[in-house]
Amino acid sequence: MIDLVTDSGPRSSPWQNAKVVGIKEETARAKSFQLALPEPAPHLAGQHYVVRLTAPDGYTASRSYSIASAPGDPRELEITVERLEGGEVSTFLHDEVAVGDELDVRGPIGGWFVWEGDVPALLVGGGSGVVPLMAMLRYARLNGKVDLVRLVVSVRTPEDLYYAEEIAGPESALVYTRVTPAAFPRPPARLTPEDIPQPIAAGTRAYVCGSSGFADAASHMLVDLGVPAPQVRVERFGPSG
Amino acid sequence: MGRFTRGFSGRGQKERDLRLPPGQYDTGDRWPVLTAEVTPRVDTATWSFTVDGLVAKPATWSWDEIHALPASTFAGDIHCVTTWSKLGVNFGGVSIDTLLGAAGVQPSATHVLARSSTGYTTNLPLADVTGDKAWVAWEYEGKPLPVEHGGPARLLVPHLYFWKSAKWVSGLQLLDHDEPGFWERNGYHDRGDPWLEQRYQGD
Repeated sequence: MIDLVTDSGPRSSPWQNAKVVGIKEETARAKSFQLALPEPAPHLAGQHYVVRLTAPDGYTASRSYSIASAPGDPRELEITVERLEGGEVSTFLHDEVAVGDELDVRGPIGGWFVWEGDVPALLVGGGSGVVPLMAMLRYARLNGKVDLVRLVVSVRTPEDLYYAEEIAGPESALVYTRVTPAAFPRPPARLTPEDIPQPIAAGTRAYVCGSSGFADAASHMLVDLGVPAPQVRVERFGPSG
Repeated sequence: MGRFTRGFSGRGQKERDLRLPPGQYDTGDRWPVLTAEVTPRVDTATWSFTVDGLVAKPATWSWDEIHALPASTFAGDIHCVTTWSKLGVNFGGVSIDTLLGAAGVQPSATHVLARSSTGYTTNLPLADVTGDKAWVAWEYEGKPLPVEHGGPARLLVPHLYFWKSAKWVSGLQLLDHDEPGFWERNGYHDRGDPWLEQRYQGD
């Protein structure tokens, strides 16, 4: 059974015309966009924004992107976008958008896959699924709550790791499935139960984000390790362009 | 709106499929999976579906009993709030009309709250699940509905965004008021009509 939480998300949020004030290449296939909003809105770690592109004839295409920046971070809102081949919006954001451009955005959205720093959090991300978890990690670090957070990120190779220069720390662990950095102690392999930090503190809530296959494997692994299923929140990143 | 995105033309403007509601794209052969909880293991030997709340008498069907009801199919399109649509799909199951008819809906009922074995809920106006518009579906393209898509059986309300089509559905409660479900309490729209782009609260 999933928790029937009371709403912690916003009731409604208007479209805003955000200005792109910074673009950072995370990997060959992922970029982070810093967005300045006319009316900044507080967000929760784990929420997302919708980005809408509009053609001159009125045709629109919208996609949701997780917020990577921490709630309360005085710097600009940051979203990270994976470039999906053939993806209408992600390819445009990657190939066309430059600093100074304006984008219609709407958010923050989502009241389920959020962490407010109130319970121990076990974060398990695969590939681009690290993005909302990074917002949680950054939030914990910014607010002296790192003791509450444990993060495991699974990536194929070192070149696929987002936030590489920032993510390392005593609260985070990395799993490489294909290629590891030189002298990395763990051989390349898929996520196993031994990769999950244990013991898992009582009352821990788990946040699993990644592809559907990764999310299924990781969430069932956590249940098998004793995390009650209602305490496992899952977000699946599909190739939705 | 009145403004457009610099450099965006909309993919060279191929002719747009009129079956696509505004803001949606055709996902083609893919069927993305978007669920917020651990995928449950639902055994058809213990499966049941219950209609309760404002009914003449609550009714419960086992897997075999619900299959003995008149079969009903849907052929058409489905639309996810995350902007993908899947066109020309076929589902099989039983019409919600059949289930409500067996339980007997009280005149005061105006809404339903659908529930799943995971605890997921979603709210719908009664009018959106009656009149041959909604099903409990267990077949997809002539085969058993896969578990990641809500199998063994899910609610199917294809004229609304697909989060209304609760996966692993286990019952419907008839209510005399609207009671927001899981996503509806988490920022999403109470009705979710894709042709009106009712995606989020306030749309």
